[in-house]
Amino acid sequence: MAFKIIVCAKQVPDTNEIRINPETGTLIRDGVPSILNHDDANALEEALKIKDKFDDVHITVITMGPPQAKDLLIECLAMGADEGILVSDRAVGGSDTWATSNVLAAAVHKVGDYDLLFAGRQAIDGDTAQVGPQLAEKMDVPQVTYVQKFEIADNMKDIRVERALEDGYEVIDIQTPCMLTAIKELNTPRYMYMKGIFNPDKDIKVWNAKDIEVDLTTVGLEASPTNVFRSFTPKPKGKGVVVEGDTDKDLAKNLLIGLKGKHVI
Amino acid sequence: MAINIIKEKCIGCGQCFPVCPADAFEFEAYDGNKLGKVAKINAKCTFCNQCLTACKFGAIEEKKIESAVDLSDYKDVWVFAEQRDGKLMNVALELIGEGYRLAKEISEDTKVCAVLVGDGIDHLAQECYEYGAERVIMIQDPLLKNFTTDAYTKVIVDAVEEYKPELVIYGATHIGRDLAPRVAARLNTGLTADCTRLDIKVSSYIDYAKNNTTLDTSTLDPNDPSTGIKQTRPAFGGNLMATIVCPRTRPQMSTVRPGVMQKRDRVEGAKGELVEYKPNIAESDIRTKIVEIVKSAKEMVSLTDADIICSGGRGLGDPSGFELIKEFADKVGGVVGSSRAAVDAGWIDHSHQVGQTGTTVKPKIYFACGISGAIQHLAGMQTSDIIVAINKDSDAPIFEVADFGIVGDLYKVIPEIIAEWDNAEALYDATTK
Ligand SMILES: Cc1cc2nc3c(=O)[nH]c(=O)nc-3n(C[C@H](O)[C@H](O)[C@H](O)COP(=O)(O)OP(=O)(O)OC[C@H]3O[C@@H](n4cnc5c(N)ncnc54)[C@H](O)[C@@H]3O)c2cc1C
Ligand SMILES: Cc1cc2nc3c(=O)[nH]c(=O)nc-3n(C[C@H](O)[C@H](O)[C@H](O)COP(=O)(O)OP(=O)(O)OC[C@H]3O[C@@H](n4cnc5c(N)ncnc54)[C@H](O)[C@@H]3O)c2cc1C
Ligand code: SF4
Ligand code: SF4
Repeated sequence: MAFKIIVCAKQVPDTNEIRINPETGTLIRDGVPSILNHDDANALEEALKIKDKFDDVHITVITMGPPQAKDLLIECLAMGADEGILVSDRAVGGSDTWATSNVLAAAVHKVGDYDLLFAGRQAIDGDTAQVGPQLAEKMDVPQVTYVQKFEIADNMKDIRVERALEDGYEVIDIQTPCMLTAIKELNTPRYMYMKGIFNPDKDIKVWNAKDIEVDLTTVGLEASPTNVFRSFTPKPKGKGVVVEGDTDKDLAKNLLIGLKGKHVI
Repeated sequence: MAINIIKEKCIGCGQCFPVCPADAFEFEAYDGNKLGKVAKINAKCTFCNQCLTACKFGAIEEKKIESAVDLSDYKDVWVFAEQRDGKLMNVALELIGEGYRLAKEISEDTKVCAVLVGDGIDHLAQECYEYGAERVIMIQDPLLKNFTTDAYTKVIVDAVEEYKPELVIYGATHIGRDLAPRVAARLNTGLTADCTRLDIKVSSYIDYAKNNTTLDTSTLDPNDPSTGIKQTRPAFGGNLMATIVCPRTRPQMSTVRPGVMQKRDRVEGAKGELVEYKPNIAESDIRTKIVEIVKSAKEMVSLTDADIICSGGRGLGDPSGFELIKEFADKVGGVVGSSRAAVDAGWIDHSHQVGQTGTTVKPKIYFACGISGAIQHLAGMQTSDIIVAINKDSDAPIFEVADFGIVGDLYKVIPEIIAEWDNAEALYDATTK
């Protein structure tokens, strides 16, 4: 039986390209490219490495998002994934991480059997790092987050990972089925290389809330336990003074006088 | 909390359109006004609430979702007092301080409780009291010695179900951010990630927003009696701040970024109430096995505790630049920090990195030397008391946040600062005479 891996991937705006409109104080998303979330690329890469090494490995990528998130699935197929699933429905709009994990759990159930669930640690837009662990909880499987190194034994059951800590790492043994969340230290994602031939019409499925049979009282804005109360752009810290001085020595002296004046030294 | 357009009030002027970052406004035909159209919000809306104050005609309102459950059974503020190897993490003490402040904002008789999970950690209770905890919930078992997701989730969920706290806060560490989402999912409650500011009273939130943000607070009522927590956090790589509420479920939960909250002054010999909670945990509950915990051999740089940080960036040009930064830091009694570009170049270890994917710092003085001031770097240092930027490009964005900016070559300026450092007092006195 094939070894089945499900990778959760999110399409995100490239937050490096986001600018703030100085007049309205809001984000300008026009022209900001949508990309495959960085950590998710690492998760997919690790799945592809397993597929490179062993026979009969099947990779499904699941994403929840608007219709254009299909582009992300095409990118994943081009990298070498076997199948892509887009869950798209207005009913799931506004989901917080709890509700998002309900949607993803329903989609995973619909996909059926799996051995390994992979997610990124954190998406660069919502930035919560909560969906991976919450999906693991909904699926009742153990998890390891912040995975920086991964090894699977030939029995395709025993896994050894390194989990990054602030001041080192842990070596952890875990067995399939389980959830792992990837960080950038795990690997370097490959470029798309159109391995084999894929047919987007056949290899990508688009499901709505009804298809995945999710309980509609557990998804979307109204079911979400958290809501955005307000959002705003941070205020730039008031601009200070440019230190004057004709020579480097004067600059240094005037800085020290300024610091002394603020009573910080 | 979705947005609703009151058709009768909308005049179809379109002034709200540019405010929306998601491009979610469009017109629909309506025969009740002169222009024959009103604004409508389409499926692109991300419910960010930024348009709430955009309409001068009062046509945009917030649609409230009512709460069906009784939340009044829940009481007290819990702090997950994270320990490793029998030592409390700094963030645990910061959160006890913050938890105390929040508890008293909720009501006089709301208590802050530190939850200690581990084995052989009796001695930590006293430290929690001394930093402000009024109660300690002690959960010990040999199976809890080291953190595992399964064991810690189980005992915390059990304790929450028994004692029903109204708020639980965790440090946003690699452990807190693994544990808290799992606990929240099991309890079917909300969790807000990586918060940098917490408020109970609407009036304190308004004060904070007025002083520190671009938020228009005109739709907020300072006398609002609600005691639900308002949790403010950066998203979109620090480009957006969002305040999150959890109105319908309890407990409310947040992870809080280390280094941003204030510890209370330590009171030697302070007393508190000890509650020993007997965990119900078996080896079979734990589905992972820790083979080894490896501490990195390199020294831990205590950026979060430092009063002065001297950071170097790509502008140093090569790794030897950090020798000058080190000399500078030694002179001023600071520690060495860096930008990510310097880390990525291999000039210095990641443990020195300040910023969104490094450490968040709040020193008295932050020297940014040869650092351009990318938003991800600013995210980790812009709340420093005083920021000094040394950069040869006068247009570098770092100058936007700097209290003191020096446009110049760091290799020339820093040695002069080092040379003059001890004369600061005399130089200052000379100017005031
Ligand atoms: C400004 C803002 C602040 C927010 N703050 C909070 C908050 O504090 N708490 C909260 O509960 N919700 C919050 N949300 C809602 C949250 O962003 C959404 O629920 C989002 O769908 C998932 O969260 P994330 O982007 O943080 O993902 P993360 O949890 O950071 O993502 C981790 C991994 O989960 C997988 N994943 C995440 N989303 C998807 C998806 N749609 N499809 C497939 N895989 C996915 C990916 O592998 C990803 O790498 C916020 C939203 C906004 C706009
Ligand atoms: C997801 C993500 C997370 C990130 N997280 C972080 C983070 O946590 N921390 C972080 O720092 N970055 C982070 N970054 C990277 C960030 O975007 C910037 O690339 C980085 O901060 C730039 O570092 P720098 O300022 O040292 O380099 P540069 O931007 O190259 O700036 C160098 C500066 O040095 C000046 N200079 C050159 N020579 C001299 C001289 N002789 N004297 C004086 N000035 C000189 C130049 O004028 C220039 O302004 C992140 C990026 C991403 C995408
Ligand atoms: S909602 Fe207000 S701002 Fe927007 S079109 Fe209507 S009247 Fe104009
Ligand atoms: S809530 Fe935010 S996304 Fe929705 S319409 Fe208003 S500004 Fe646009």
